Amino acid sequence: MSERLTVRKTYKLFIGGAFPRSESGRSYVVNDGRGAFLANASQASRKDVRDAVGAARKAFGGWSGRTAHNRGQILYRIAEMLEGRRAQFVDELRATGLGKSAASDEVDAAVDRWVWYAGWTDKIAAVAGSANPVSGPFFNFSTPEPVGVVGVVAPDAPLLGLVSVLAPVVATGGTAVVVASEPAPLPAITLAEVLATSDLPGGVVNLLTGRRDELAPWLASHMDVDAIDLAGVPADGVAALEEAAAGNLKRVLRPAGDDWSGEPGTARLTAFLETKTVWHPVGV
Amino acid sequence: MSTETLPSGPQLRAFLHGLPGVDQVGVDERAARLATRSIKTTAKAQAIDLAITMVDLTTLEGADTPGKVRALCAKGARPDPGDASVPRVAAICVYPDMVETAVAALRGTGIGVASVATAFPSGRAPMEAKLADTRAAVAAGASEIDMVIDRGAFLAGDYRKVHEEIVATKEACGDAHLKVIFETGELVTYDNVRRASWLAMEAGADFIKTSTGKVAPAATLPVTLVMLEAVRDYRAATGRQVGVKPAGGIRTTKDAIKYLVLVNETAGPDWLDPQWFRLGASSLLNDLLMQRRKLTTGVYSGPDYFTLD
Repeated sequence: MSERLTVRKTYKLFIGGAFPRSESGRSYVVNDGRGAFLANASQASRKDVRDAVGAARKAFGGWSGRTAHNRGQILYRIAEMLEGRRAQFVDELRATGLGKSAASDEVDAAVDRWVWYAGWTDKIAAVAGSANPVSGPFFNFSTPEPVGVVGVVAPDAPLLGLVSVLAPVVATGGTAVVVASEPAPLPAITLAEVLATSDLPGGVVNLLTGRRDELAPWLASHMDVDAIDLAGVPADGVAALEEAAAGNLKRVLRPAGDDWSGEPGTARLTAFLETKTVWHPVGV
Repeated sequence: MSTETLPSGPQLRAFLHGLPGVDQVGVDERAARLATRSIKTTAKAQAIDLAITMVDLTTLEGADTPGKVRALCAKGARPDPGDASVPRVAAICVYPDMVETAVAALRGTGIGVASVATAFPSGRAPMEAKLADTRAAVAAGASEIDMVIDRGAFLAGDYRKVHEEIVATKEACGDAHLKVIFETGELVTYDNVRRASWLAMEAGADFIKTSTGKVAPAATLPVTLVMLEAVRDYRAATGRQVGVKPAGGIRTTKDAIKYLVLVNETAGPDWLDPQWFRLGASSLLNDLLMQRRKLTTGVYSGPDYFTLD
């Protein structure tokens, strides 16, 4: 058999449903668990952050306007697509240094997490909302609404951590700009390929790879980002980002040392919701 | 050229078809190459301010109301209410029936009122109607008239008709500046754009303008390059300087700066002035303001902080 040339995959960014290279043209070397060369990943710049936020803003109206049921279907579809690529994700996770069964368990958990959040899409309004008794002839409802564009600095648990912070944002109708784990960005970009083939509208999720220190401040200070999740930010970097986020009163979710393999609960679902209360006259 | 010595059809045809042909691939390449210039920091700040002063802030919708026109005029006079250092735009561009509203709203600001005329955007109306349209706009106080050429006549080779229309409209304009719109998206070839440019300049145009904004493709860099070459060569040949206005499809600061580079490298710095170069746009202004605010505050801004218009 003749020797085949290796076909190497180019890992690019995921912005507005497309896979562009970084505007800056930069890339960085990603090593495997033993320190050997694995691949080159795009090193996003602040302009990629800007473009991603623009794409997320553009997608917000359509995505938040979908019925909760439809969002649930799409999230479940993501779980199906991820399940279909199990072997690929197991390989990618093993390359980051995980053992065979640990990698396999993490992919299973990630698939289950999408299913968990897919189920929550049409139930969260009943749990986080309420019908309020008021002293007048009115129906009074409080309903949760997505806050808007959410910046996510993903934790280093390359797949399960990423899914755990990303899924709750899109489940409730928000759109996300994610800065992927800096040492292990490859599973994030492969996840983007799953998202791109799951009927998720372009721009709902935008994934950037690169230096966290470089990208997070631009995301935190961006006036068109409504909330930011600092899950992947080391403790000494949080204060500066919170300060930058104060410029437009962004909602900030501080890192809380989450154990991603545990029960997710609804805390992350409600973190990026705001409550709208409507008064409606009785009998009209 | 005075009206008594109007050239005949065959004379015009001989002249326009005698112009050297445009190297299409070369023009595309040159425009693409110039578009890669990187303009940053202080140069970018200057370019943004220059671009703002060159904007013809435009609203040409069937749904235009006096209120919308007044709002646009207020925006042109003070583009960023939070920052008095932002310069004013060059002109507000409206339909003829809105000229009076715009003139009243802009009194004392020094901003011009440009009015489209001559059965904009198609240009399909009898000559008397086109001239009446123009006179009405001028009488209402328009300082600039944007006329459309008869593309049908131009493409049929009836250059004389196009020439006569421009001459007659120029006369009807009186003191108002005349901008001639070619609708380059309908002229098909760069050779036609070059011919239309020379034809309009010969007929007395003060400005040549790419498009109405109603037809895609509207303004493109290569088309503007061909027109800038024409005004440069025309000034070299006759001594009269003519302005250029790309319009339609210019939406981002990056686009606007590409045009400024093109002007500087093709026609020269003499044209880098709102008197000789304009950008016909509506959504461009918000992007210029967003970029300007990014430069002054250091953080990215969002569309929520600027007016919707």
